[in-house]
Amino acid sequence: MAIPKVMGTEIEYGIIVKNDPDFDPISSCVLLVNAYREDPAGKILWDYDQENPLADARGFQVDGEKYTPNQQENIARNKTLVNGARYYVDHAHPEYSCPEVTNARDLVVHEKAGERVVEISRREACTLLPHGATMLLHKNNSDRKGNSYGSHENYLMDRRASFKQIVEHLLPFFATRQVYTGAGKVGSENRGQKCDYQLSQRADFFETEVALDTMVKRPIINTRDEPHADREKYRRLHVIVGDSNMSEYTIYLRNGVTALVLSMIEDGAITKSMAMRDPVRAIKDVSHDSTCRKELAMESGKKLNAVEIQAEYLDMALTYAATHDIDEVTQDVLVKWQDVIEALRRDPMELSNRIDWVIKKQLIESYRERKGYDWEDSQVRMLDLQYHDTRPDKGLYSMLERQGRVERICTDEEITAAIHTPPGDTRAYFRGECLRRYAGEVFGVNWDSISFGVGDEPIKRVMMAEPLKGTQRLVKDLLDASPTAGELVKNLRA
Amino acid sequence: MRITNKLSELKKNALPIYGSAEDQQQKQKSGGGGEEAADAKGGDGTKKMAKKGEELKEEMDELLDEIDNVLEENAEEFVKNYVQRGGE
Repeated sequence: MAIPKVMGTEIEYGIIVKNDPDFDPISSCVLLVNAYREDPAGKILWDYDQENPLADARGFQVDGEKYTPNQQENIARNKTLVNGARYYVDHAHPEYSCPEVTNARDLVVHEKAGERVVEISRREACTLLPHGATMLLHKNNSDRKGNSYGSHENYLMDRRASFKQIVEHLLPFFATRQVYTGAGKVGSENRGQKCDYQLSQRADFFETEVALDTMVKRPIINTRDEPHADREKYRRLHVIVGDSNMSEYTIYLRNGVTALVLSMIEDGAITKSMAMRDPVRAIKDVSHDSTCRKELAMESGKKLNAVEIQAEYLDMALTYAATHDIDEVTQDVLVKWQDVIEALRRDPMELSNRIDWVIKKQLIESYRERKGYDWEDSQVRMLDLQYHDTRPDKGLYSMLERQGRVERICTDEEITAAIHTPPGDTRAYFRGECLRRYAGEVFGVNWDSISFGVGDEPIKRVMMAEPLKGTQRLVKDLLDASPTAGELVKNLRA
Repeated sequence: MRITNKLSELKKNALPIYGSAEDQQQKQKSGGGGEEAADAKGGDGTKKMAKKGEELKEEMDELLDEIDNVLEENAEEFVKNYVQRGGE
């Protein structure tokens, strides 16, 4: 029986300061992240002791230097929020890692709440910039000049599932899911074949099938084996192949369908091999084909297009749903997945109110038609960029949303609430509530631990190896009965 | 067969979509192109179609005007200067 698909996303934003000749991305990121003020705000460390990004899922440990900042730098670069998220500086980008959630609908709510957090801090940061300078943030994945930054999904998996099978079944799935998860991009880069427009922001950057790297020679399947949970029981699948999506509907399908396919792998329900001859080539070919009709060579000798390959997965998912208990959200994901596959078969442009790459394509084409612009024109490139702008009054996706031109999955009220409220059904609840209640006594945080510095006593670290414990149902009474962190630690020992 | 039944059952339970409800209704009204096409043979239908076309064009014009209002002014310079460091 598949384990619950606890999930989350890590989104790196593009950052730039207009009218500032001294713009430096790293100090701008530090300014941005520190401009976000929560009440209560503590000086809390991110606990790097608990991290091991160099462990490989194929069973080895890679040599390399682990990054550990000094204490002051650590506090300046890391914020853990009362909603259980981590908001921090990752290299030269601000990054928002949403709290762990149990389903794709909550994922949409919390990823969108992250956009709001970034926008709130952007506005604050702008007040601290020299006169005339403006900081802008884009939820995108490339600067169109060959530099890419990530949008990563994480899914909790059963350690017993064979990694070999995960790789085998996911390669064709990941090479083709962009037909409904792509965020769309004008042109190509990183020595990609020339094109006017493509489905994915990231496809140009994938160079190998399976590897540990995320920054050079990027793989379709990333093998980072850092579960942030009980490593005997769990694996965290770190998916780096996706785009940063704006559309709620697209985010919902991206995470919902992927989680469903992972459950199917755990339950041995992928009964047909969809192995492709060359998934790395296919991921680019699919991205470069807006008709979604290009035939791809399968290992079996057959030729199928991306929509047909996805339809095979859908077919197996429908059989799976008929024979297994699946939750309400996954049922809904399945219905929407089927709708989208049917629309893609007829005409991808039918999805111009649901799927990012189609929404953006239609917007740009209408504009080009009116103005007579070429795909190479800077106005067209600007539209592409500005689709991802986090400002509600300037971002083109936000504009379409405001005008009711795109379908939504959740409400503004839910998103606003999620800025300050952790999900109730994962350990993010315990993390977030501890920060809200005991900020001054929290010393350090990581995904699977929280440590308290109470008076002169040694630091107490509380481990949270079970992502589905520390929930509201399990710990609210305990927290209510513990007015201070000292009492909480005492009560935990009792 | 069982799968088809299961799917229609699933469809009944589909979660509501927020946001463009009005949009959806409009689409349903004009949807199923076949019906409209059949209507279009009568004079009434042609007029209806033309009217719908005008509405759509107007709507699109409004959208494009708004884009002109919000689009970054020095697009050429902005796009040229938009350089990020690789991340992840």
